Order: sequence, then C-alpha cells, then structure tokens
Amino acid sequence: MDYFKGTEEYVLSKELRDNVNVSIALQRPLIVKGEPGTGKTLLAHSIAKGLGKKLIIWNIKSTTKAQEGLYLYDTVQRLNDSRFGDNDISDIKQYIKLGKLGEAFAAEDQLVLLIDEIDKADIEFPNDLLNEIDEMSFYIPETKETIKAKNRPIVIITSNSEKELPDPFLRRCIFHYIEFPEQELMEEIVNVHFPKIEKKLLREALKKFYWIREFDMLRKKPSTSELIDWLQALIIGGIDARDVEKEIPFLGTLLKKKEDVDIVEKSGKTHYAYNTSMRTRDVY
Amino acid sequence: MFINFFFNLKSRGVPVSLHEWITLHHALTMNLNDSSLTAFYNIARSILVKNEIFFDRYDLAFLDTFGGIETTDELLEEILAGLKKVKELHLTEEEKRQIEELNLDEVLRNFEEQLKQGHYKEHVGGNKAIGTGGRSTQGAWGYNPAGIRIGQGESRHKRAIQVAEKRTFRNYSSDITLDTRQMRVALSHLRSLLPIGSGEKLDLKKTIDETCRNAGEIELIWQTKEKKSSKVMLLMDVGGSMTPFAELVERLFSAAAGQISKFKHYYFHNCFYQDLWTDMERNQSIATMEMLKSEDSDYKVIIVGDAEMAPSELTWVNGAIDYWYHNDTPGVVWMQRIKDKFKDVIWVNPLPKRSWEYVHSIRMIRDIFPMFELTLDGLDEGVKYLMTGKCEIYGR
Repeated sequence: MDYFKGTEEYVLSKELRDNVNVSIALQRPLIVKGEPGTGKTLLAHSIAKGLGKKLIIWNIKSTTKAQEGLYLYDTVQRLNDSRFGDNDISDIKQYIKLGKLGEAFAAEDQLVLLIDEIDKADIEFPNDLLNEIDEMSFYIPETKETIKAKNRPIVIITSNSEKELPDPFLRRCIFHYIEFPEQELMEEIVNVHFPKIEKKLLREALKKFYWIREFDMLRKKPSTSELIDWLQALIIGGIDARDVEKEIPFLGTLLKKKEDVDIVEKSGKTHYAYNTSMRTRDVY
Repeated sequence: MFINFFFNLKSRGVPVSLHEWITLHHALTMNLNDSSLTAFYNIARSILVKNEIFFDRYDLAFLDTFGGIETTDELLEEILAGLKKVKELHLTEEEKRQIEELNLDEVLRNFEEQLKQGHYKEHVGGNKAIGTGGRSTQGAWGYNPAGIRIGQGESRHKRAIQVAEKRTFRNYSSDITLDTRQMRVALSHLRSLLPIGSGEKLDLKKTIDETCRNAGEIELIWQTKEKKSSKVMLLMDVGGSMTPFAELVERLFSAAAGQISKFKHYYFHNCFYQDLWTDMERNQSIATMEMLKSEDSDYKVIIVGDAEMAPSELTWVNGAIDYWYHNDTPGVVWMQRIKDKFKDVIWVNPLPKRSWEYVHSIRMIRDIFPMFELTLDGLDEGVKYLMTGKCEIYGR
C-alpha cells in the first residue's frame, strides 16, 4: 500500500500526514479545510508528487454541476454531424466526453483527484455525487455503459467553508482542519521557499507577522502565502533586519484592505505597542 | 469501555453516526494508529468529527473517556528522540532479519529495564540493546533511513491527553467567537437556500423559427434565465449602550454586503421612529414611512440591537431617548408596522441570552420579533428562521 511521507517542497504536520495515510488506507475522500493560504490545494500536488501518481484537478465554480464531472453528451455536435454525415452518428460513444471524475475512474493506474473548493458550488452538488464517490462508478444511459474505477483514486477535497457541506456527504469522508502553522513550523515552511534567508531577518519578520495576526479586528488576516510574498519583497528590497524591527515595510503585501492597514498603523509602529483592537471574547 | 467514547461524544452534541463509528473500527483493525493513543486521538477525530467547531467538545469527550489512561507513547518518544541523533542507519541483511524477528513488546520491556538500570544515555549509537529497540520500532515506519526523516515533527509530538487538555480549539467553538469569516458562513445560508435559476436554457421555439428561416441550417438560440438572489435589509442600533458592540456589528455588515446582491442598511438609536438614518453618525436620514412604502415586502429584515432601553421609549409619544426628537407615534407601533410590512423579520441581540429575561424592554420586543443571540449558533438559527419560518426556538 502507498504511504505518503511528504515531499521536499511541502512541509506538513504529522497529524495531516497521518490523516492522508488514513484516507488512502480506508479509500475514502479526504476533506481539507482551513484558513485561506494554508496550502490546502498544494497538498494534493504534494501527494501526487510524493507517491509518483498523476494528478487530475477539478476546479469547482458556482455554476458547476455534478453531471459535468461524470460525462457530457455533446448533442449539438451530433446534430451538426447528422446534417453533413461527417461521422457515424449512430455511434453515440464518440459524443460522450468524460468529465474529470469520469477521467479519474477510467484511468488505468491509480491517480490523485483534487476536487478544489467544493463549497463554491450549489448546496446540492455534494449530494449529487454521493453514490459516485461511494461506489466509484457511474452509468451512462446513452451508451448503456458503466464506468467503474479499476483503482479507486485518492480523492482530496478542499473547502473554504463558504457553505456547510451536507451531513451524508461528510459521513463518507475523512476530515482534516489545517491549523495555522505555529512559528516553529512556519520557519520550516519559509526555509523551503527561501533556503538562504538571513536568520535574523526571518526571526524579526515572523515576530511582526504573528503580532499582526493577533489583531482580532482584521478583515482578512495575512496568511502563509502573504508572508512568503512579504519576505520576497523584503529580500528583493534589501531590507535590513533592524528596519523590520523598527517599522513594517511593504505593509501592503501583508494586508489587502485599507481598514486593516489603518488598524495596524494606528496601534503604533513598535512591536511592544498596545494592541488596541477590541477583543470580542472580553466584551460581555 | 470503548463504546463509552461514542456515547460521550453524542451526549456532548457532536454529531457522530454509526457509519463513522464503524469506519473508525476499520481503521483500527488496519492498525492505522500504530497502537499509539496520540495517533488514535488524531485519527478518531478526523473520522468522527467533520467540523472544527466540534473539536473542543471532542477534546472534552476524549478527556472524559481516556483521561486516566497510561500509554507507552512517552517510551516510544524517548527511543525516537534518541534515534534522532543517529544520522543514518546502515543495516546488513543479517541485521534486518534479526529486527524482523524481534517483537515490540519484548523490545519495550527490554527498554524499560535498561531505563531503570540507568543504561539509557542520550547517545544511542553506542548502546546496542536500545539501538536495536529503536530500529525495530522504526521498522514499523520502514527501516530505510534514506526514505524517512527520522523524528520529523516528533518534537511537537505530544501525548494525546495533553493535546486534548490544551483545548486549542476552544475558540472555534460556535458559541464563543465571531469573526467576519464565520459570520459570512452563517449569512451565506441566506444566499444558498434561495432557488437559483439555471444559467442557460435552450429556447426550443425560437430555435425552430430561426432554423426554418435559415433554410434548415441549424441555429441554436439560448435564453438566459435571471438569477434570483436574496434581498436583505439590516437595521442597526448605534450609539449609547451599543457602542461596545459597534465594531462587532460593523463586521456583520461588511460580511453581509459581500454576500448579498440587494442589500440595504439603516441605523437607529435604541428604537426606531419616523426616521431611519443612512449613516452611522446619524446625520442623513429617510422617513420610515417612505421606506415602508417604497420597499418590496419580500426583504428579509435583520434588526441588530441590544433592545435595552427604558420601556417609555417604546410606549410613549415623545418617548425617544433624544429629548429634542419628537415622535408622534410610540416606538412599539413602528415596530409593529415593520413587522406587518415585511414577512420575515428577526432581531439579533449581542447581549447574552441569559440576561434577556431581566430586561423589561427586551421582553416587550421579544413579543413582537423573534430574537436571536449574536453568536454563530444564534445567527444560524435566525437565518434558518428567515428562510424557512421554522427553527428550534420559534415556529410560525
């Protein structure tokens, strides 16, 4: 059986690694939830790479229907062909186009299927896929054919919790919530991206970064990807660690909303400044 | 004793099903948890709990069930910590075979003995018995050291009980914190529950017409259906006793505005009368009567306020808290008018529910509008009520 150990470029917690392996062993889809920018999508890429398997990505949009993932019957093409007799229109098979899920089932070898941002779609979407995900097979009435997975694909599903997923769907999955990495793990992650970063700069930058994340009132807390961008900016700008200590250069790369920038700037520029943001927990 | 865990979870309100419970046993028969309680804690959570808001309750149930259990986790950890120092293990075929013959219990017993006698030193390399012990445990993870980073993440590897005791997920619990994101989730129910028309549809009649006109050349005509979306109106109390909640409520606003296409908001202070303000500073206003006449009655109205005021503000003519503001009609009548005009109205209160009974004006307002707490659960219930007319507390 396959055992996922992580890859060089993707640092993950032990819990997540265990859960990935549980989902592979039990042959159940793994739902990954977490703050934006905690590497949910990258996980699937890493699994595919780590296990040396092909990756199929199904990006979900608000208009995506479950049927699209299985197959599409191109009736318009068939209608067109019927007028000119280009193709043999009695052969319906050539007008059936497999969707991403169908593709994953039909593949010879086991592969990794990423269903990205499943919560974007209609609330009924996951329910429509229940049986297909359970059985890993579906029936095409037009050709009287059943597509059945020869090797059950490793299914990774990401969700931003824009919508709650239906319970029957969740029951069939393994769930993992990616916590925001603590400083220690974050240093590891940064080291993967910038192996040569100056230790002192990294330390100061992380100190500032976690300080900013402490603010409860932020509309959008900076995430890992913003930190990486910010460090990139600091390195290219040749900013010294001492300058980071004194102020926050390129604050715009960390905070994307004007209100957020105001909050952080208002509360003073030093690390020791009083965090003036209101803590909702203490209100009552 | 194990099934207790299941009932413990249930009694704490974690929605666990038998389906998931059996899945967990599948995982255990495959020994996916490597006989460790910490791994069990994590794996059971991933299988049984499907929402991070229940993690805290899971922790409590776990503590309840497994609180007093002694584990060998620490022993394993010490072995692993020692092994960390050994950079690479080169095993001969002979040694590999020996390792396979060892059984884990024996090794652990051996290790414990050595530990008692004080043989165990940090440097494992030179200590033969423990070295093999380590290697054999490592065997469970595969003994090819090139393939595995020994001890990666082990420093963060804590005992399950300790992890559960820390209760790191307390803040995810749905009855405590509310941040913009969580509110957006609650509010998104408004959007998701509405029927949304399918984007494109083949207009058969027009297609046939066009095709005929084209002398048989097929011309497909698509019609786009208009998407229905929810209309939401927020009325918000600002100033006075609401000041501490101003920021909290403002978040609610910013979350709502991004979700809903038709979104109106007005402000009032304590109670609304003939004017509603359109800005937070209460400088610009519109007439309430005008608003009632011009707006569609299918708006879902959410009123946010602490509903804490003198009863006279509700019942008296000229009872408004602002002395210079004269109202010919008592506030309670205006409230009734809003209720009559709009089919779905809820009142969301940032004060904790336990205090509601003690405030007279809250009781009066609860007679008019269904009231919900400004927490994730409360919002969820409220939105459910708006959409379906039913929820656990109120029914229409």
